[in-house]
Amino acid sequence: MKRVIMSGDEAIARGAWEAGVTVAAAYPGTPSTEILENISLYKNDIYCQWANNEKVAAEIAIGASIGGARALCAFKHVGMNVAADPIFTVGYTGVNAGLVFVSADDPGCHSSQNEQDNRLYAPHAKLLCLEPSDSQECKDFTVAAFELSEKFDIPVLIRMTTRVCHSKTLVELGERKSSVVKKYESKPSKYAMLPAYARLRHVAVEQNLIEAEEYAYSSPLNRIEMGDRSVGIITSGICYQHAREAFGDSASYLKLGITHPISKKLVKEFCAQVDKVYIVEEGEPYLENAVRAMGIDCLGKEVVTRQGELDAQIVRRAFGIGAEPEVYEVGIQAPARPPVLCAGCPHRGFYFAMKKHRDKIVPLGDIGCYSLGVNPPFNGFDTCICMGGGFSMTIGMAKALELQGDKRKVFGILGDSTFFHSGITSIIDAIHAKANVCLCLLDNSITAMTGHQQNAGTSIDLMGNEAPAIDAVKLILAAGLDEKNLRVVDPIDLKAMDAAIRDAIATEGTFVIVTKRPCALLKEVIKANAGAHCVVDPDKCVGCKSCMQVACPSLAFENKKAYVADTANCNACGLCQQMCRFNAILRVEGKQK
Amino acid sequence: MTTSILLTGVGGQGTILTTKILSEGLVSLGYDVKMSEIHGMSQRGGTVNTQLKFGEKVYAPNIGRGEADIIVAFEKVEALRALPYLKRGGKIVMDEREIYSMPVLIGQQEYPHEADKVLKETVGDVVIVPASKIAEELGTIRAQNICLLGALIAALNLEGVDWEKLVASSVPPKTVDINVAAFKAGYKAVKSN
Repeated sequence: MKRVIMSGDEAIARGAWEAGVTVAAAYPGTPSTEILENISLYKNDIYCQWANNEKVAAEIAIGASIGGARALCAFKHVGMNVAADPIFTVGYTGVNAGLVFVSADDPGCHSSQNEQDNRLYAPHAKLLCLEPSDSQECKDFTVAAFELSEKFDIPVLIRMTTRVCHSKTLVELGERKSSVVKKYESKPSKYAMLPAYARLRHVAVEQNLIEAEEYAYSSPLNRIEMGDRSVGIITSGICYQHAREAFGDSASYLKLGITHPISKKLVKEFCAQVDKVYIVEEGEPYLENAVRAMGIDCLGKEVVTRQGELDAQIVRRAFGIGAEPEVYEVGIQAPARPPVLCAGCPHRGFYFAMKKHRDKIVPLGDIGCYSLGVNPPFNGFDTCICMGGGFSMTIGMAKALELQGDKRKVFGILGDSTFFHSGITSIIDAIHAKANVCLCLLDNSITAMTGHQQNAGTSIDLMGNEAPAIDAVKLILAAGLDEKNLRVVDPIDLKAMDAAIRDAIATEGTFVIVTKRPCALLKEVIKANAGAHCVVDPDKCVGCKSCMQVACPSLAFENKKAYVADTANCNACGLCQQMCRFNAILRVEGKQK
Repeated sequence: MTTSILLTGVGGQGTILTTKILSEGLVSLGYDVKMSEIHGMSQRGGTVNTQLKFGEKVYAPNIGRGEADIIVAFEKVEALRALPYLKRGGKIVMDEREIYSMPVLIGQQEYPHEADKVLKETVGDVVIVPASKIAEELGTIRAQNICLLGALIAALNLEGVDWEKLVASSVPPKTVDINVAAFKAGYKAVKSN
């Protein structure tokens, strides 16, 4: 069999293909995005789509499963919160063809707003939970997940973490089962969860979980590795790798691949063979609580942090084994390098224009590239909670400010993909509530932060087919916004941007600003600007630093002059040119194709 | 025995492609290979770390403090930032290129230009490869990553793989010549050091 090196996300996609999946849906979110991107490589066998949000994605998969097609839905951990509503009830209905949800958790908040541990969803929503620890297991567990889902009539949650999603390890490839499609039969008592039926399904699912736990005892997805018996380690997912590296053969291991339902019989038998029990897990004491509930004493979160990712050293330190590594130390420090808005990013124009009026505005942000506007020098917003919150929260904030006589205008800021994800319902509420707020839709024509995925506003879909692009402006007007209170502007046009913000502040009632300019990193934008960049004429530059205020990463300042340090990434957007009163910044044309 | 390699740079410099080529070569040598990269927000001009471990059997994919056998830095202060991960007696291969981060550009923080000298004094085994300059002279700064790959292969004596062929099949067809030349130059820069 062919062995290749692939990421956990790629391996999930491969596993789905091998398992005969025919429908897959997701909303992009780091570190889960590459799962659907890689599934789209199998588009001849698998129908796949970017859904507007995770709830829609989950419902597409649920519909497919009940209809008889093996289906997969992927999301990042916080995305599962959005999808939670249907997931909790499909836990009751069970499946027709296999149904798998993949949650990519992000301990360490590499690209997220929290570190929630989605294993906790499994017992709560009555799902099976599998935790792979490397790419081979990602593939194998995905294949197994579909079989288990059908065998026990339970949806399966595959719980990943960033380190599993984005690490590349060796995988032995298998072949695809022929597409699994089961006949659809109408069964309202199983799938229409009105109270009378739901009560009965609750009984059925509890029984199914008991049977799944019996299976877990002898499942090859769980594994015992006996070494020295003075310490027995119970662990799962990537933490198995950290524990194995930290303890080597000086301990025995119960590596749980199935972490819901946990086989109590297996845990008790393992614990009886070792002197003491350690639990190695990131995040919440999920395994630990289960082990303690069996009346077994163990050492876990008392010494292992709940914050961030673990590694072998953190595990060693927690359990007091091995010496601290010696490291080199020097007397100087590297300056911070936070991620920034790219050169040519359209969001820069918006934030720069808003900055001048910052004392009259309380801006609320959201999740996307534009989240980077929070950093100095823009200090672009005060809050960032969740997808869509940037719009909805303005309604409550405006009321709260009104109550304390604060006259500042509340601005909500979110992007096109987030608008389609959850901003639509928020903007309808704002208009309906006659909220005195300004909602700013920063439309860069793509889901940019996660690496350019299509969304409802783009004219192509995940499978590369043409798709009708939804016009956000028309949607907003259809919701009843007074057209006088709408501005559609190019954010790099500072005069127009400034005028729109002034109008918004001066207007009582709901105001909407839509900024339109595609992401600077889009292929067609790069192609159109190929080679174009700005240069600073040192004879004209007086060193006033006006241009530096736009905080473009391509611009630098040395020897009392500004200069374009990174001509490769400058795309001559022209923002800095508008700042220069001495016409010292010139555009150099590229070789347009 | 596991060998741990930490590649560090700024989003967009191509550390990930470098590690991909490296891992393919090491797999062909029969090693167990694990590579870990964290991307997402860091793409937007932030620090990007890619970690690669190889040996007979590798467990954890990530590298802890004091564990890296070699650090390959695509930018000067990124070598400094990654230093706590270097094993005592480990090696640094670095470009001398300076890329100023936003706190430096807006005057909040100072850029320590002397970082390479300080690292040389402290670590000793530091090879400076002017990879950006070499790549620029060859035609595009984008070949910097492949130049540093050549330097890394030389520094670790990773023989037994036709690396140039692997580079040629991994980069865009139009850029094969430049990248192979960059690889050779990086390799030579370390070997003649």
